Amino acid sequence: MTTVETPIGSAKTMVLNMGPQHPSTHGVLRIALELDGETVVKADPDLGYLHTGIEKSCEDKTYTQAITLTDRMDYLNPLGNNLVYCLAVEKLLGLEVPKRAQYVRVMLVELQRISSHLVWLGTHAIDLGAMSVFLYCFREREEILKIFELFAGQRMMTSYFRIGGLALDPPAGWRAAIDKFLKMMPSRVDDYETLLTKNRIWMGRTQGIGYISTADAVALSMTGPTLRAAGLAYDNRKIFPYSSYEEFEFDVPTRTESDCFARYMVRVAEMRESLKIVRQAMSKITDDGPVRSLAPGIVPPAREKMKTEMEALIYHFKIFTEGFAPPPGEAFVAVESPRGELGCFVASDGSAKPLRVHFRSPSFINLQALPKIIEGQLISDVIACIGTIDIVLGDVDR
Amino acid sequence: MSENTSQVANVVVENLRAWNGKAVAEVLEFRGEATLVVPRELLRETAARCLAHPELQFNLLSDATSVDRFPMEPRYEVNYNLVSIPRRDRFRLKVKLSGSDPVVDSLVPVWPGAGWLEREIYDLMGIQFTGHPDLRRILLPEDWVGHPLRRDFPTQGFRDVPSSYIPAFRKPHA
Repeated sequence: MTTVETPIGSAKTMVLNMGPQHPSTHGVLRIALELDGETVVKADPDLGYLHTGIEKSCEDKTYTQAITLTDRMDYLNPLGNNLVYCLAVEKLLGLEVPKRAQYVRVMLVELQRISSHLVWLGTHAIDLGAMSVFLYCFREREEILKIFELFAGQRMMTSYFRIGGLALDPPAGWRAAIDKFLKMMPSRVDDYETLLTKNRIWMGRTQGIGYISTADAVALSMTGPTLRAAGLAYDNRKIFPYSSYEEFEFDVPTRTESDCFARYMVRVAEMRESLKIVRQAMSKITDDGPVRSLAPGIVPPAREKMKTEMEALIYHFKIFTEGFAPPPGEAFVAVESPRGELGCFVASDGSAKPLRVHFRSPSFINLQALPKIIEGQLISDVIACIGTIDIVLGDVDR
Repeated sequence: MSENTSQVANVVVENLRAWNGKAVAEVLEFRGEATLVVPRELLRETAARCLAHPELQFNLLSDATSVDRFPMEPRYEVNYNLVSIPRRDRFRLKVKLSGSDPVVDSLVPVWPGAGWLEREIYDLMGIQFTGHPDLRRILLPEDWVGHPLRRDFPTQGFRDVPSSYIPAFRKPHA
């Protein structure tokens, strides 16, 4: 590597390379910062270090196979990625999913939201020098990952949601496991707040830092907790409900200060709201009932049927060798991921492989506002600002 | 749901047609989603009206993406997913572009959030956006050859990359 940046701007300023291996970027993000003393004059994020071409790879796989790729985009929200992709393909097919499967999806996605916010809170706190919060957050996150392992057999790359429903029935003993977590978690959220909310160092590092106006946030297409901390209650679960969210009661927390502290408060409040949703979902999920829609040729038949029915065996063979072909058309579905609006656009040309799969990744689009947020701030606050947007580099680069 | 969507489409289509008879070339509805096909020359003006008109107020550009229908012509489609937060509506604007001239007006002057989305489309599909303030590659290295999301770009790539290859360090935007 021979090229080194030539300084940009006037002779008074210097260019500093932050990243691509900086611990506060939680992945590989490089930002070229032009500094005047300690003040950021200009910032230019450089991405793509984790680009793996997932959208291109999807075009070479059948609709079912592509689910496993979605797990690997936003690795703190694999179930949410599964959900948005499955919803998009189900919309393309015009497929109804049984209510029981929808509720299980909602419950797991909300647990995922809590676990993602826990990772965010822990790493954001460690960036700002509060080491202990990180340990507590990861302790609770581990409990959530154990629940995912119980359901899907995998802690992180779950691939538990399938087109038309779920991969498996909820396992024996799932209620007890989630009950235990629900009993424990509310007091733990209080504990994090005890450690941080009134902590003078935390307040000093976050209050009034990283302001963005509501108008700018909307103009730059920001969504999620960052937009809600700017005072706009835009939440896809409320405004464009999917997967039966309209049947759940929960609030959309908002703040108006639009600084790092407000985003922290919004995310903590969201964890409490998610616990409410998980509780409601548990009471809605019946003990038995289908978790996959009845769609021969699209949803694989039950294992037992394959041994007794010829048709089931044929369908199974056809699904896993040639896949299924949705009608030509396009579908776009947006869900609320922990980071904001996660969208999936699927275009079909009537063949068994998608013509185009595109993910509207909230990390990528929220990161676009970073220069706007940090220009004029001190270099020490850049770390707080990156953390507060809550980017996952796998989701940024895809 | 489809009734509801037709209403959304009707409001937008009537408003746009009242302003310019050529603004909406085609209205597509599929699975309850409305898509308005707009001629290339009118895209930016139509978008600006969708944002600013008090009956429309599509203030959030949710997503921009492109489709390559190679070998069909017009080969490319650029889709803009618009959301109106005050009116709780959603629809899609679509522009069709020919393979020989994949150029369209940038929507950055309308929604600044289009900046990176259009850079991504340019990088991965090679569509040019005129009037974009900073049209550089965003995900791939600067010296990459080709646009991998095109249908005629093989998934495995078309050249061997030596293991010693180090992409050029991207220069900051002047």
